[in-house]
Amino acid sequence: MVRITINEELCKGCSLCARACPKQILEISRDKLNAKGYHPAEPVNPEACIACASCARTCPDVAIRIERE
Amino acid sequence: MAVVFEKTNMLTDAPFHYCPGCTHGVIHRLAAEVVEEMGLQEKAVGVAPVGCAVFAYRYFNCDMFEAAHGRAPAVATGVKRARPDACVFTYQGDGDLASIGTAEIVHAAHRGEKITTIFVNNAIYGMTGGQMAPTTLVGQKTSTSPYGRDKDWCGAPIRMSEMLATIEGAAFIERVALNNNANIVKAKKAIRKAFECQMAGKGFSMVEVLSTCPTNWGMNPVEAMKWLEENMIPYYPLGNFREVQ
Repeated sequence: MVRITINEELCKGCSLCARACPKQILEISRDKLNAKGYHPAEPVNPEACIACASCARTCPDVAIRIERE
Repeated sequence: MAVVFEKTNMLTDAPFHYCPGCTHGVIHRLAAEVVEEMGLQEKAVGVAPVGCAVFAYRYFNCDMFEAAHGRAPAVATGVKRARPDACVFTYQGDGDLASIGTAEIVHAAHRGEKITTIFVNNAIYGMTGGQMAPTTLVGQKTSTSPYGRDKDWCGAPIRMSEMLATIEGAAFIERVALNNNANIVKAKKAIRKAFECQMAGKGFSMVEVLSTCPTNWGMNPVEAMKWLEENMIPYYPLGNFREVQ
């Protein structure tokens, strides 16, 4: 099992993580807004995550933490 | 659970002020991770530029200076000569390093100063509103070249890595890009080699990082990555230009 933790207050919704993800797990939220006014990224099917951390490496705001069992 | 990826302790908790999708944050992280992995946190002294990265001193968790525009290599020279055991790096953009600070970087390299420079090339002035930089590509539209850069009028974009690689005091010069994960990993390796070169006392080291400026390029961050691949990399080829053994 993989845990993807996105710090929604740091996220600026640039969607580079979604571009980097080989499993198309991440999307920019349509409902959530953070204090800066951005729509943050969120995992839509986290069970498909392979913990490659491509999203975290490409995130310009270092807002993603990846853990695995 | 085992941590696969987390933020390095070499970065502070201050949120980056950069625009969405700006690759400055990635470059900060790579430099910070290298310093931490090499165990240099207590020895590291960074010099921030003028430009978008002017607040870099808030983000790196080590001693930091703020230099006058383009003068980071001169400040770094002073630090390194006073404290030869310190790990001294400058973090500079293309407006800072390739324009107003060209004399400083050329002579720091020429003197073989044992410092490391992270040179962020995004082909435009960011903080001041997207004006044409020395690195702006021919035909590229900016706020001061609204019809595109004219080579006959403005000259061709300057290739700093190639130029500095001709200087004897330079020990390590490499150009990298951040357009995909493979290149991000390569960029980190190059930054590590540059810091190792400094700590081994071989001379001046610089890594040029091709970076995006979605806001001033007038694109979204994903389009900006594509633009970098299709336009910047052909003109600014990636690779190592000098490595003294």
